[in-house]
Amino acid sequence: MLILLIVLVALVVVAASATLVVTGRRRRSALPPDRTRAPLRGDTTTREAPAPGQAPTRAPPVEVPSLDAPPGDVEVVEVEPSEAEVAPEPEAEVLVRPRFRDRLGKARSLFAGYLGAVRSRDKIDVVTWDELEEALILADVGVDVTSTLLDALRARVRAEGITTPDALVDALKADLIAMFKGDRTLHLDKTLTNVWLFVGVNGVGKTTTIGKIGLRQAQDGHRVVMAAGDTFRAAAADQLALWATRVGAELVRGNEGGDPAAVIFDAVAHAAAKGAELVLADTAGRLHNKVNLMEELKKVRRVADREPGHVSEVLLVIDATTGQNGLIQAAQFAAAVGVTGVVLTKLDGTAKGGIAVAICAQLGIPIKLVGLGEGAGDLVEFDPTEFVEALFEEI
Amino acid sequence: MFESLTDRFDAILTRVRGRGRLSEADVDDALREIRLALLQADVNLRVVRDFVGRVREELVGADLSRSLTPGQQVVKIVRQELVRILGGEALKVTYASRPPTVVLLAGLQGSGKTTAAGKLARWFKAQGRNPLLVGADLQRPAAVEQLRVLGTQAGVPVFSEPTDPVTVAKKGLEEAIRLGRDVLIVDTAGRLSIDAELMEEVRRISETVDPHYTFLVIDAMTGQDAVSTAEAFHRTLELDGVILTKVDGDARGGAALSVKEVVGRPIVFQSTGEKQGDFEVFYPERMADRILGMGDVLTLIERAEAVVDQAEAEAAAERLQRGQFTLEDFLEQMQQLKKMGPISGLVGMLPGIPKEIRDSQIDESMLRPIEAIIRSMTPEERRDPSIITGSRRARIANGSGTTTTEVNGLLDRFREMQRYMRQMTAIPGMGRKLDRTRGKAAKKAAKKKKNRGR
Repeated sequence: MLILLIVLVALVVVAASATLVVTGRRRRSALPPDRTRAPLRGDTTTREAPAPGQAPTRAPPVEVPSLDAPPGDVEVVEVEPSEAEVAPEPEAEVLVRPRFRDRLGKARSLFAGYLGAVRSRDKIDVVTWDELEEALILADVGVDVTSTLLDALRARVRAEGITTPDALVDALKADLIAMFKGDRTLHLDKTLTNVWLFVGVNGVGKTTTIGKIGLRQAQDGHRVVMAAGDTFRAAAADQLALWATRVGAELVRGNEGGDPAAVIFDAVAHAAAKGAELVLADTAGRLHNKVNLMEELKKVRRVADREPGHVSEVLLVIDATTGQNGLIQAAQFAAAVGVTGVVLTKLDGTAKGGIAVAICAQLGIPIKLVGLGEGAGDLVEFDPTEFVEALFEEI
Repeated sequence: MFESLTDRFDAILTRVRGRGRLSEADVDDALREIRLALLQADVNLRVVRDFVGRVREELVGADLSRSLTPGQQVVKIVRQELVRILGGEALKVTYASRPPTVVLLAGLQGSGKTTAAGKLARWFKAQGRNPLLVGADLQRPAAVEQLRVLGTQAGVPVFSEPTDPVTVAKKGLEEAIRLGRDVLIVDTAGRLSIDAELMEEVRRISETVDPHYTFLVIDAMTGQDAVSTAEAFHRTLELDGVILTKVDGDARGGAALSVKEVVGRPIVFQSTGEKQGDFEVFYPERMADRILGMGDVLTLIERAEAVVDQAEAEAAAERLQRGQFTLEDFLEQMQQLKKMGPISGLVGMLPGIPKEIRDSQIDESMLRPIEAIIRSMTPEERRDPSIITGSRRARIANGSGTTTTEVNGLLDRFREMQRYMRQMTAIPGMGRKLDRTRGKAAKKAAKKKKNRGR
């Protein structure tokens, strides 16, 4: 079987030296066409609640076509909200959306203390640059992106005649903020059955994030259906069920070990039938280097996108403590199912989440949301200025 | 070919040939590369600094070995130091004279504690013990349910109650004694190291059950932060060891080195998958190779072994050496290759490939036209491409949706590949690498074949 490797290496070397097949064949781009779908009208910030008794304005639900999965595999268990109004956890009641800076307190102070030393010097020297490099690398920004950033900064120093460390840090901040481009809105077209698909490796916080988003959306007046698309992990559906109850959303689940695509399809059908405009679809955590699992995910996305469903967001959940592997995760998931945005979780810890910089800079995937804790309200929109300012702020 | 770091060093150190020792300048050049490699592998910056400092001392003035190139020597010394740090004294699990032996698991959210708890239970059972699992994670929704399912799978009872973590731990211990269980595994909630309240809670849990083993569970893909997390947990709990999880990912795993350096306790186990059996003793050598970006060859070999029919592969290899490797063989091998994973990922695992090639998006779309062309050939044509005349060429081009130029191109390239592949089979040391992994990997491959899926 070493022969396989030999064949592989031979392929690589020869292919690289001259294209094996000379052709106008397009290089496959990193992101499949799905991702460039034009943003839909309407986004989540509109707050008008539907008038009571108003019929949902949508096409009548389509007949559910048959699926690959055997029928009867999926049970639609509606976790109905309680009789009176939804009784969420006390923390969820008071939806004072946390501010970046509050939660980033510890991280900020660690980092700022560091840069405080830089700033206190009276001139820019080799040590200054070393310390800046160190700060960025410690934040998991990565060696490559750090080099790029600092090279650009050096050019700025020359071009603009920056002489003080203070000004230097300000310039670095500005450059960092500028790296965060992209459309950060969460797309939701109220005339459709939107599906927001949550993907990522194991343990990053997909299910918890769905809980948080479910709460927000419910409070914004949208009717939410959660799909327990993690049919692999023990008690995963139970976990999501608890969140559904907590935030007042409905839940569709299947049998453990069943086909995740079937569950999500059923959730979409259910949502369409009930006039719910948003399906939050959970998927099992999976390492991006596992072929069969990534294939499964591709199928899940395809199925989720079938009428009446419309996948308007594929959110990749990334743990802020992740190192450079986060970049590979993002690239692989994007290549497989097209990622429309990243949710950066666990940013309330000591990790700086610098991998987000790398992801945005190198792959152009926008960071849309940030998770700052395990509570239902611990979710904020990503704001580049706040993110960078909070990192660099003096205590 | 299989030592990319070595190549880099050799390039830097060519001027060293002829001299007897590595000068300071040579060493600095080499160390810059090491530093880069380690940082890219997520080793903590400060740990890298210390490491490089230590290695520097060893390298400067080191006598140049006659049998190794300077590059190989640098790598050898670096690798040795890595293995020394990562390995060192292994932890041998011994059992308390008065049972139960208590094992406490702690770590950040999502690190894999609950899954590891289930695996540990299974592991202890396989050692002939009677463990009890305690679900002291009352924070994460359905965490206890998850543990119960894992307990059932492992054939191990699970204790929990909806009171509070410290009480659960205490009562779990009492339960173990009552039931005569000789090992107690306590799963706790994930917590941030800077959450004073929760760190105090886990300290109290520890105080209550007085564990014989406290393991930090840490994710192999953790970045620079691994150090502060490990330090904090160690300060609070005094760790006995570390369990590294999600090792089946493709993260380089520098966190392992960082944690080991900082905590100074052995990495005891590694979790290599989501199934309960995916749990094994930690291999420092494999991790060292991986951190240096060199270890993936073994992963590649393992993966290849998992998909390939051994006898068939050997036959194909023989044909290759005899110069009888045909397009048919090539097509067959490509099918097998595809089963190993995304081609770009596999390419990424090949050391010795320059960055430009690695980055040049070699993927499945490259293979498709090749396959199409070969499939449009008759068996005779595949066996003996010399019979492919103009009309045949045109037919093949039509059938595969390509052009005659492309068909020619493939045939030319294939001839080159045949030559190249023959040379590769003749490289010494290939056989040795194969043998070293054969036993272990073959066993694993056989198991993987049985548990198809995850």
